[in-house]
Amino acid sequence: MQLTAENLACSRGGREVFAGVNFSMPGGEALVVTGRNGAGKSSLLRMLAGLISISAGRLALTGAENDATLAEQSHYLGHQDAVKPSLSVSENLRFWAEFLGGRDAIGAALEAVDLVPLADLPAAYLSAGQRRRLSIARLVAVQRPVWLLDEPTSALDVPSQKRLAELMRGHLVGGGMIVAAAHGPIGLERARELKLGPA
Amino acid sequence: MSAFTALLARDMRIAIRVGGGALMGALFFLIVVTMMPFAIGPDLALLARIGPAILWLGALLASLLALDRLFATDHDDGSLDLLMMGRMPLELAIAAKGIAHWLTTGLPLVLITPVLGLMLNVELGAMGWVSLTLLAGTPALTFIGLIGAALSVALRRGGLLLAVLVLPLTIPVLIFGVAAANAAIVGPAPFGPPFTILCALSLASFVLGPIAAAAALRHGLE
Repeated sequence: MQLTAENLACSRGGREVFAGVNFSMPGGEALVVTGRNGAGKSSLLRMLAGLISISAGRLALTGAENDATLAEQSHYLGHQDAVKPSLSVSENLRFWAEFLGGRDAIGAALEAVDLVPLADLPAAYLSAGQRRRLSIARLVAVQRPVWLLDEPTSALDVPSQKRLAELMRGHLVGGGMIVAAAHGPIGLERARELKLGPA
Repeated sequence: MSAFTALLARDMRIAIRVGGGALMGALFFLIVVTMMPFAIGPDLALLARIGPAILWLGALLASLLALDRLFATDHDDGSLDLLMMGRMPLELAIAAKGIAHWLTTGLPLVLITPVLGLMLNVELGAMGWVSLTLLAGTPALTFIGLIGAALSVALRRGGLLLAVLVLPLTIPVLIFGVAAANAAIVGPAPFGPPFTILCALSLASFVLGPIAAAAALRHGLE
């Protein structure tokens, strides 16, 4: 499996955010996108997720199992957690697992993010970090080869950051790929860096 | 469980929980219709004559009430991004949300209509006919409303814009809904033709509404 971007450009509201972005990564690798505020890290991830259109250049995922699009092969973890406050923790996760067509691994996914004791609590009572972990549980419950993570460690405490790093390592060992936008280290040793904007 | 039924079940579950707004439409409908006799006065013959029109207007406004939050909540908490990325076409996801919204907002309006008829001096037999026209017509209101909800999703205070956008589009539904109800109660025009057109409007908007709403969402969230 290979994810390739050639001369990718993005313009938002008539302003060019970035241009001439090139990278190529095989399965099992991680790419950390860095850059100053407004350099286009989130825009690049949303572009990979198919949520904003490509202004110029080419983006391709080759060698995937079926002919699904990049967006359909990806998990997107954005700034918002896609958690409904009136549903319980397990109801939230079960919905996304069913919607995303995942295997039935709700319990294991809650275990992986250490939310089992809170499974029946309405999500309205969760802290920001706990909501984040619930959102991360989605990545575990449903298998997708590409993880697009926008500042995945924000709001997470140190033990949770370690857990997330373990999950990411496991995903890479299984042949998956990760594109993450981050300001600081996200706990992956062998990640390549893509710097956006002026050096 | 397929993605379609999962989304349908989730939206219904959220709507019937505290703060979900499932019964807000029905309560609003109740209060609007209750106020009417006070404004118009105790003229029973007049009330009976304009009763179906009042019920239809009340249902129209009530079904608009919860519509502006339909996509806005999903947009605010990031769910909409994931819905758009899913393997299920966005049109189908929107149709699932529309059906869930109608079942929790439109159907209660139909069910409480016979009770409200008492306040407007509409006979019980005639109320059956009015309810039937609402049952056939309210899906059209919901699915036309989806378009406005999708257009206003990225805007602040989109609710007002929604009403301005959607209400003109619902005029045909209102005309044929009230015409069918009046035909059934006082005649002399036959009930069949306006009622059939009402059903056609619902079916057409059931197909076209999600397609237009999906286009609006894709364009609006670029």
